[in-house]
Amino acid sequence: MKSILVIAERELKTYFISPIAYVVLTIFTFLSGFVFYFFVRAMVNSVASRAMMSAQTGRPPDPIDMPGLVVQSMFGFLSFVLLLLLPMITMALFSEEKKRGTMELLLTAPVTDLQVVLGKFLAASTFYLILLSTTLVEIAILFVYSQPAKGPILSALLGIVLYGLAIIAIGMFISTLTESQIVSVILSFGVLMVLWLIGAIAQNSGPTAKAVLSYLSILDHTNDFLQGVISTSHIIFYLSLIVLGVFLTYRSLDSLRWRS
Amino acid sequence: MSFRVEKGEILGFLGPNGAGKTTTMRIITGYMPSTDGTVKVDGFDVADQPLEVRRRIGYLPENPPLYTEMKVNSYLQFVAKLKGLTGARVQEDVNRAMDRVNITDVQDRIIAKLSKGYKQRVGIAQALLGDPPVLILDEPTIGLDPKQIQEVRELIKSLAGTHTVVLSTHILPEVEQTCHRVIIIDHGKIVAVDTPQNLRSQIQGGARVLIEVEGPVADVLTAVKAIPGVATARILTQDATRCSFQVDVDSGKDIRRDLARAVVQAGWGLLELQSENMSLEDIFIKLTTAEETSPQAAS
Repeated sequence: MKSILVIAERELKTYFISPIAYVVLTIFTFLSGFVFYFFVRAMVNSVASRAMMSAQTGRPPDPIDMPGLVVQSMFGFLSFVLLLLLPMITMALFSEEKKRGTMELLLTAPVTDLQVVLGKFLAASTFYLILLSTTLVEIAILFVYSQPAKGPILSALLGIVLYGLAIIAIGMFISTLTESQIVSVILSFGVLMVLWLIGAIAQNSGPTAKAVLSYLSILDHTNDFLQGVISTSHIIFYLSLIVLGVFLTYRSLDSLRWRS
Repeated sequence: MSFRVEKGEILGFLGPNGAGKTTTMRIITGYMPSTDGTVKVDGFDVADQPLEVRRRIGYLPENPPLYTEMKVNSYLQFVAKLKGLTGARVQEDVNRAMDRVNITDVQDRIIAKLSKGYKQRVGIAQALLGDPPVLILDEPTIGLDPKQIQEVRELIKSLAGTHTVVLSTHILPEVEQTCHRVIIIDHGKIVAVDTPQNLRSQIQGGARVLIEVEGPVADVLTAVKAIPGVATARILTQDATRCSFQVDVDSGKDIRRDLARAVVQAGWGLLELQSENMSLEDIFIKLTTAEETSPQAAS
């Protein structure tokens, strides 16, 4: 466990030495702030028009969870943003080590390959959690100005965390395949886009294909979480992706030794 | 290939590019698996107990494995922690390693900004961390200036006795100066194992003497050939009054005394008498050039 932390610590420091961390943080906080403002405005307008409608009809408006909807819409949008941003924080994980020859240091140090993989995964995950924690500002604003239900917000956060970790695990595996960060990030985009588009393809497929394809769509699994439903099948989906990614990375390191 | 390194010994790997030096070292350190055969370090098998082996090895790969965006000190701290050091021992050991390779003055510099020589020394410092009993150094002096090369060689020599060092190089004087034993490899096979001194005398088969004499060529040649121990004598230059010969001598004999006496007694002038040692370079070329490999040396 100590070795994992040593590796993770160095990796995390590297994020903040390179400009990538700051670029990713800036884009993410800007976009989350922007869509938060956008959705809050849209909600306020819709509430106003509903109030006008009810004044005309004389019936009280149906109760809606306005802050809940804002959170849901915001994370719905951010989950797409993450699809584009997370490969940026996984692209260098192993590709850069290969390029610089530091892989030889890691793989001959008295640590196991699995510790190396977990250390890297922990570093990227920690950075992701830091990134995600910036949205707590928006959520705090909601708590100051309204009384949102806590359940759906926590469920949305859980879903987004699992979703992000799955993307990180996939991106980490892809970064073991090449020495080039660019190739690594483009390949990750490609794979993630396929996993995302599968959802769209599923909509136009037969019933069986639809069930299978929409289960594979990486983004669709966040929907229930965002609506406040925590279901085991989605948790298992993301956990299996994470385990698969970590396992493939581990195997890939082993094959790297043979190819070196 | 099969070989054994004793504790406290400095062993040199010598071979042309692509001979398999780096591959051999990667297999010893456990970076690469071997397709066949075993490597044991301190009794631990690399394949079965890789961590036990890695704990005992300090490894400097061909390209020093540096995180160039880090500062020297924090990079070395990282490696020390990776090797399992904790607490105050981390900085102690980092200081000791930096001191040994003389990089304490650049400890707060970013590695990327250092010269190649300093980077190489940071790489060596990294291998020394944790004070491993076995050091595997792949071309440790590459990229250093002559003074630094001398320092590193002195460092390696000072490690002998307490540490077992395996180093690879293609610089021959380095082997002669630092190593107790040399393994010459070519195409993944050992072509010779011995001390640098033995290797020289073994390959040479005998000494070679160059001689320049003032006197009639034909008579001198006959006289020289008559001396016991002379294998062949070849005329190098000749003119009306003087001539020079290359005389190959049978193994283990020193004929210079007899040679000089023969020339002087005949009343000729002995202008020059020079014993020529085959340099390790010649031996190296001889061994790694297939046609010239003598069966005795290849065995």
